Amino acid sequence: MSSLMSRRRWLKLAGGTLASLAAAGRLYAAPPGGPRFLLVFLRGGYDAANTLIPYSSDFYYEARPGIAIPRPDPSSGTGALTLDADWALAPALRESVGVLYQQRQVAFVPFAGTPDLSRSHFETQDSLELGQPLDGARDYRSGFLARLHSTLTSQGPAASAAIAFTDGLPVALQGPDHIPNISLRQVGKPPFDDRQARIIAAMYAGHPLEPAVASGLELRREVAQAMQTLADEMRSSGRDALSIKGFELEAERIARLMRDEYRIGFVDVGGWDTHVNEGATQGVLAANLAGLGRGLTVLAQSLGAEWKNTVVVVLSEFGRTFRENGNRGTDHGHGTVYWVLGGSVNGGRIAGEQRALARGTLFQDRDYPVLNDYRAVLGGLFRSLWTLTPAQCAQIFPQITPVDLQLV
Amino acid sequence: MIKSFSRGARGRLQRAAPFAAALALAACTTPGSPAGSATSAKSAAPAGALAALRRADVLWLQRVTFGLDSRTLADYRRLGRERYLDQQLHPRDEALPEPVAAQLRALEVPQTDPAGTLGELHERRRSLNAMSEGADQDQARKALNEEGNRLAYRAVRRQLLRAVYSPAQLREQMVWFWLNHFSVHQYKADERWLIGDYEERAIRPHALGRFRDLVLATLEHPAMLEYLDNAQNAVGHVNENYARELMELHTLGVDGGYGQQDVQQLARVLTGVGINTGAAPHLRRDWQGSYVRHGAFEFNPARHDFGAKTLLGQRIDGEGFAEVERAVTLIVRRPACAHFISRELATYFAGDNPPAELVDAMAGTFRRTDGDIAATLRTLLLSRQLTALPAPKFKDPMRYVLSAVRLAYDGRTITNTRPLLDWLNALGEAPFGRATPDGYPLTGPGWESPGQMSRRFEIARAIGSGNVHLFDAEDTGAATTNRFPQLSNRLYYEAIEPFLAANTRAALEQAGSPQEWNTFLLASPEMNYE
Repeated sequence: MSSLMSRRRWLKLAGGTLASLAAAGRLYAAPPGGPRFLLVFLRGGYDAANTLIPYSSDFYYEARPGIAIPRPDPSSGTGALTLDADWALAPALRESVGVLYQQRQVAFVPFAGTPDLSRSHFETQDSLELGQPLDGARDYRSGFLARLHSTLTSQGPAASAAIAFTDGLPVALQGPDHIPNISLRQVGKPPFDDRQARIIAAMYAGHPLEPAVASGLELRREVAQAMQTLADEMRSSGRDALSIKGFELEAERIARLMRDEYRIGFVDVGGWDTHVNEGATQGVLAANLAGLGRGLTVLAQSLGAEWKNTVVVVLSEFGRTFRENGNRGTDHGHGTVYWVLGGSVNGGRIAGEQRALARGTLFQDRDYPVLNDYRAVLGGLFRSLWTLTPAQCAQIFPQITPVDLQLV
Repeated sequence: MIKSFSRGARGRLQRAAPFAAALALAACTTPGSPAGSATSAKSAAPAGALAALRRADVLWLQRVTFGLDSRTLADYRRLGRERYLDQQLHPRDEALPEPVAAQLRALEVPQTDPAGTLGELHERRRSLNAMSEGADQDQARKALNEEGNRLAYRAVRRQLLRAVYSPAQLREQMVWFWLNHFSVHQYKADERWLIGDYEERAIRPHALGRFRDLVLATLEHPAMLEYLDNAQNAVGHVNENYARELMELHTLGVDGGYGQQDVQQLARVLTGVGINTGAAPHLRRDWQGSYVRHGAFEFNPARHDFGAKTLLGQRIDGEGFAEVERAVTLIVRRPACAHFISRELATYFAGDNPPAELVDAMAGTFRRTDGDIAATLRTLLLSRQLTALPAPKFKDPMRYVLSAVRLAYDGRTITNTRPLLDWLNALGEAPFGRATPDGYPLTGPGWESPGQMSRRFEIARAIGSGNVHLFDAEDTGAATTNRFPQLSNRLYYEAIEPFLAANTRAALEQAGSPQEWNTFLLASPEMNYE
């Protein structure tokens, strides 16, 4: 691959300043095979109860007179999609995630979430991304994906390369390893030649931002190159890159970078805080879910052979109130539903501990309870994916016993 | 001078020489220059000509302003630190340079109350919805949408022009700070029609005033009521969104000693606080005395829960809008509020993780003065942490872009703010652009990731090479000839050059053109930190 040459050239140009990048594992193309993990964070608290619908529960229909999604009609090709005797999938996801579910490439984990009870978006997002015990002193520069990354560095830099496809570096990837980020919404020609980039990087030699600067300049160049190749390929195969947009376009680009370079990825998608008029079969939430579902389908297709090595987890900081509020919306709640997708996922099922949904099931008479702690679930998943030792698991999620939900 | 620019190690000396003459001239014509400067400016070393500024002065001024410009330095020299600060805290002269003032006058600062604006908007929407589907309706919908965009952009233009040019720099920073603290998002509901008024009438007048007044002004503004859904909060249809953020984000902080019970109780207190753009409702006689209305703001007793509440351990009896005022007073007088606001201010001005003793001192002032923002800022800005070589603070995108433009185009009037907005968008900090109510991050880690650094350098290049359209005519789009700015100007030699690190000097010496030299300077740590 041509970018290997240019990486070497860059390394030579920038001298020792990139040592920490090599430590972050970013200077080596990931060989084919080997597990890949992508976290898709739905910021704002998506309404899980109108996504994975507990249609066997009469209480669901009582609690949501204005926004409940009608029970699935097995004879119909539209509407909610029956997943099992209790759960159905939102109509908006039927053609995308629903198809993957039927191919047994998606599992859902209901009653999942964090122990954080603040019901604050920001507090809960932070505590989830940090993945640290709630009662201890927190280290705000240590996210759980950054700890996963540093745990995996023992398996070689190529096996642990991590990246965030975001404007800023998310808390989940904050840590000592200077994991890079780049937004894939717009990617153009890099503005600097090697000489200029080297001079700018040199101004930060010995400075705390030295790794961020070097990594930012190099990644910008490298991604521009990879995206140029992708655009050329799409053009020659008769597909028009401009015809897809939003999260689908990002997903196409993410797939390229996860396929060729990275093993741990992070992306976030906003717009889920539906306090007012969230809609049901159609509406704001349905439109957001449809876009997300299409993007995940693109991701699965574009990863090609690596889809079988990839696990995608979709989650949110919390669920929403089980009852609709006075404005045909829902307020901040507690438990939610995690999605686990991938070519080798043990899918087509609803995983984890569950309870029949009645009023008495609700936490504080308002929310889904959390029966599946996010750290136990993700810890168990990571343990299976990378065959981690107990000590390594404890490094990623301290004081937590991983639970094996047989997701992979 | 540009032609004399040459590659190689002698570059800096060669560039420096022509500046001596320019500086000598400027020094002679600047009223109030230190007495010695006219003579010493004859020397060949321009930095030495105005050596009066210490590094601590420069760093302090960078915090108090959106970045240095000539006027800031002149005012500071004339007044000294404390008097300069007092003028900033209680600005009397906020006159903008005439070409900027003329632009602002043309921007139609909204004179009508939002009730009128919203009423008209609702009317237009009604007639739009009544139209039969088809091209005409699409056209009308598009026109309405474009009007929203135009109004929102006007608000952004006004904010940016004042931030670049107002002599009351601290007020402008505080307007930004409070807009961020009481953040609203222009793309929710009808916010685009409201944000101009929100800045003008709710935030700006109280930016250096009393915190309680600021909270109540935002609480009563339709921009906030719509953004955090309290306009929908009514007895029997409780929506707790605003109640939660009012305590978590606006006053007490997430660890501020309240719980879910308090959120629910405050949401009940806030029932009936909403928006009305039409006629007053017909009310039962015993409710009529409780009805409150100014402009689009309405307290409607028919939508209010008059039951007793217990908020933060205090009983609040059902008495209508007075409950809201009581609740706000109760909240803003909590020690947690003084502490939370002081900490936010200290983080913005003093740096990430401000020392506890500084925050405590500020919180003491805040409580003693019943939430006087100017007094709290005075404690902060005259503290040892700010006056004696403050620890470097990474500039957020707003400060970075504005300080670069203030330095690069010192004294030249921008006629097109679109590029500024584009840069802020690219760096993820556009005015009124934060989708979530927490506002943009105030600390470095929010802005200094690899992806953002490389974006910043691209913007440095755009500004430094003059490949921008800041001087095009905003409305007609008529382009002017692009000139790259002269960053190696008097301001640079006075306040930046003397304090450059060796690495930065070495980079500047390798510049192959003045544009590249500008780019490197704007990309340097010295320009990215204050």
